[in-house]
Amino acid sequence: MRYYRRFTALQRVLHVFMMLSFLGLAVSGMPLLFSEQPWARVVARLFGGFEAAGIFHRLCAVVMIAVFGGHVLHMGYRAVFRKDWKRLLWGPDSMVPQPQDAVDMWNHFRWFLGRGPRPTFDRWTYWEKFDYWAVFWGMFIIGGSGLLLWFPVFFAHFLPGWMFNVATLVHGEEALLAVGFIFTIHFFNGHFRPEKFPMDTVIFTGRISEEELRHERAPQYQRLEQEGRLAAYEAPPPTLEAKAFGWVVGGGTLVLGLVTAILIVYSVIR
Amino acid sequence: MRLAPPGPALALVATLILGAGSLQAATPASAAAPDDTCLACHSDKDAKGSTGKSIAVDPSKYAKSVHGESKLACTACHADVSEKKIPHPEKLKPVDCGTCHDKPVAEYKDTVHGKARKGGSTAAAACVDCHGTHDILRSKDPASRTNHANLEATCATCHGKEAVKGAKMPGGAVASQFHDSIHGKALAGAARSAAPTCTNCHGAHSIRAKDDEKSRVNRAAIPDTCGSCHTKQRQQYGQGKHGKLRQEGNLGTPGCTDCHSAHRIQSPATPAFKAQVIAECGTCHAKYMETYRETFHGQVTNLGYVSVATCASCHGAHDIRPASDPGSTVSPQNRPATCMKCHKGATVSFAGWDPHANKHDADRNPVYYYMAFFMKWLLVGVFTFFGLHSVLWLYRSLRALKEKAR
Repeated sequence: MRYYRRFTALQRVLHVFMMLSFLGLAVSGMPLLFSEQPWARVVARLFGGFEAAGIFHRLCAVVMIAVFGGHVLHMGYRAVFRKDWKRLLWGPDSMVPQPQDAVDMWNHFRWFLGRGPRPTFDRWTYWEKFDYWAVFWGMFIIGGSGLLLWFPVFFAHFLPGWMFNVATLVHGEEALLAVGFIFTIHFFNGHFRPEKFPMDTVIFTGRISEEELRHERAPQYQRLEQEGRLAAYEAPPPTLEAKAFGWVVGGGTLVLGLVTAILIVYSVIR
Repeated sequence: MRLAPPGPALALVATLILGAGSLQAATPASAAAPDDTCLACHSDKDAKGSTGKSIAVDPSKYAKSVHGESKLACTACHADVSEKKIPHPEKLKPVDCGTCHDKPVAEYKDTVHGKARKGGSTAAAACVDCHGTHDILRSKDPASRTNHANLEATCATCHGKEAVKGAKMPGGAVASQFHDSIHGKALAGAARSAAPTCTNCHGAHSIRAKDDEKSRVNRAAIPDTCGSCHTKQRQQYGQGKHGKLRQEGNLGTPGCTDCHSAHRIQSPATPAFKAQVIAECGTCHAKYMETYRETFHGQVTNLGYVSVATCASCHGAHDIRPASDPGSTVSPQNRPATCMKCHKGATVSFAGWDPHANKHDADRNPVYYYMAFFMKWLLVGVFTFFGLHSVLWLYRSLRALKEKAR
């Protein structure tokens, strides 16, 4: 079977660090947000106290900011030095929402309701783009407020006191949104839906099979074929190491994330 | 006793000493001789009455007792026994300690113990239950049941015992609670003479139930009772809002025991105490407790860690004043200095942070209010849309797979 490259090595590495730091931030931060829950004390104690959890939280934050910075720098490099900015900003390879995304979503819902055929998608689907931009939004909101709360005395030199009240609020609420979204919606879209269950290792191996590309990404496959670029994307099959890493580290994250999501849902509805 | 004011306990000692002295002087004629008559029967260790109860008296123990030292004859207490009618009737009248110790006995009659006795209780402590019978020692004697060091154990023979709970004893496991408290620990340590025991708060011959207005542990009296030792804190309390409301007759405001408890008092540096006091403040200041819990301080303390600010860190403990009072730690003038206790370099702007920001109060915290509103609907919106998206997708995918399998 033939395989094609879906993610570059850099993208895969950045996702792994993003994933692990996100999980670390979620697990070390949620006890504070749910401090009245019995499980929150247990988790805080597992870290060796809230001080230790706080240090771990900041370490993970540094990793995530580095991942974000690395990605932005790479995009800047591609736009400026590789003169790639047109493809980055528009078209099927761009993460920028396209009119086609609205059409795709409409057709997807029609299929959900049994009113149309199952749609296939190009390189990036609308829900993947939503995940991507949610990270940008989250980085500014959670990352920014987090830095404010990390260095309050410094930031108070040029910000009014109420900003720290707002920072505490949005840091927690936005974290709840991000964690809740990733550990349920993103997990479902990417891994738990019947076609992919229990998990899709493509983000770890970077390889998509020809069959999958043809059926699930038909517009992309046809486009590449017509442009004669299909061969350029052909890649060796996923290595066993990459697969194993995906199953163990990715699978472990799925389990831990799901447990976190269950605890949150239980605490919210209780 | 040294710490306590010259209260009833000291009066008892004085009465015992002076009373015994005067008694000795008043009855010089009653020499040792009549006692030999009594001891003819009662010195037999195995001597028993018709009910099987021991009637033995240890002459050597009696000789060492405060009454024995004064060479008091048996008949001084057992007044209805006459030397001329031996053997005496089996049933004797109860000994009336008030014959000599008239003051403490008169005082005792109005106490919780005395009233219970009068009401027919046989469990309530009478003189002998604390002082003993033939072996009564002066309270200053280290071996005395009523010695400062031994009172805890003496009171604990009833209070805190499961067996006597039936006697409507208040307080539950007070003995063990007190023993583990900062007072109880001090009492077991080197500073025992300075540490309070039961009688320092409750009195000795003046112990009254806490709902008795004359009681030293009555709600209204507690600040002064504790303040008899903790003078600085008593003074501060009087200057604070809680103490001032008290003076106006509002007994609903907290006194010492509301935060510190009565028998379980711990050092204020104890983490468990620090965490628990927040809940105590919250019993009245519920709204402020709720908003505190939404801050980092409140969340961390809720997890059981008290290295961050609790109520007292900012508001003080005994002299809590309203923010409108310029002398308050949380007055606009003093707030930066209060923040600086933990946050070195805190500025006026830093102190503009609201430790009790309320997301339901648009007047107090406008931006916070609208951000909370926005975040709430953002979450509701995203989860509703994608929740529906996923549920529909799952349903359709499962159906598609089923059809494919057919």
